[in-house]
Amino acid sequence: MTVLRIPTPLRPYAEGVSEIEIGAENVGLALEELTSRYPALRKHLFTDDGELRSYVNLFLNDEDIRHLQGTDTPVSPDDRLMIIPSIAGGWEGQS
Amino acid sequence: MSKPLKIGPEVLKRIHEHGEQSYPEEGAGLLLGHEGNDLREVVAILPLTNAREDTARHNRYLITPQDMIAGENEAIRLGLDIVGVFHSHPDHPNRPSEFDREWALPWYSYLITSVSAGKAAGSRSWRLKDDRQEFSEETLLLGEAESN
Repeated sequence: MTVLRIPTPLRPYAEGVSEIEIGAENVGLALEELTSRYPALRKHLFTDDGELRSYVNLFLNDEDIRHLQGTDTPVSPDDRLMIIPSIAGGWEGQS
Repeated sequence: MSKPLKIGPEVLKRIHEHGEQSYPEEGAGLLLGHEGNDLREVVAILPLTNAREDTARHNRYLITPQDMIAGENEAIRLGLDIVGVFHSHPDHPNRPSEFDREWALPWYSYLITSVSAGKAAGSRSWRLKDDRQEFSEETLLLGEAESN
């Protein structure tokens, strides 16, 4: 089973667990399994349009999935998938 | 109602200094501490480089996932947790903006320092509500940490 690590600020929405084991074939399906197990996580991982929120980064064995095949990246049972947030903000105005 | 955020005067002073040194750009970093039953304590900070491009750093900050991994490792080394984020608003109020809200993670404390004409003019702390629609302000308590 693939291990999926949940960052501290999202654990309250996943019954406090830091890691879960998932039997999905790719990153997108792993996220689907995660959010079907913990529905309260969904709004913090995805926008209302179903896109991953800007602060959500996914690392498969220390490699950003953006440099792989995105959410289509295959995962295998001995892989480790981590959700790592990036943090951004700033006063109002143009980005 | 979220728990009060307790912070040592020296730690807050360092946050203000970081905001002043970053002026007129935004400065940011991580709040390290403990989550208690009745309050959240900040006992250390990890100032970070604003990863936004030169032309955006006056009103935007970015902490990369690589910095977050490094921050997590530093917190573990110190026996602490990342409990929030601090950043400055140069010449703007210490209230979260709409952009802050869009990017905010739940649970973290967001401590914002207003830096006016290069001088820190005060900090307030905020936490995103569960429905993501707005922030609620946390009570900021000044005092040395009692637990470690």
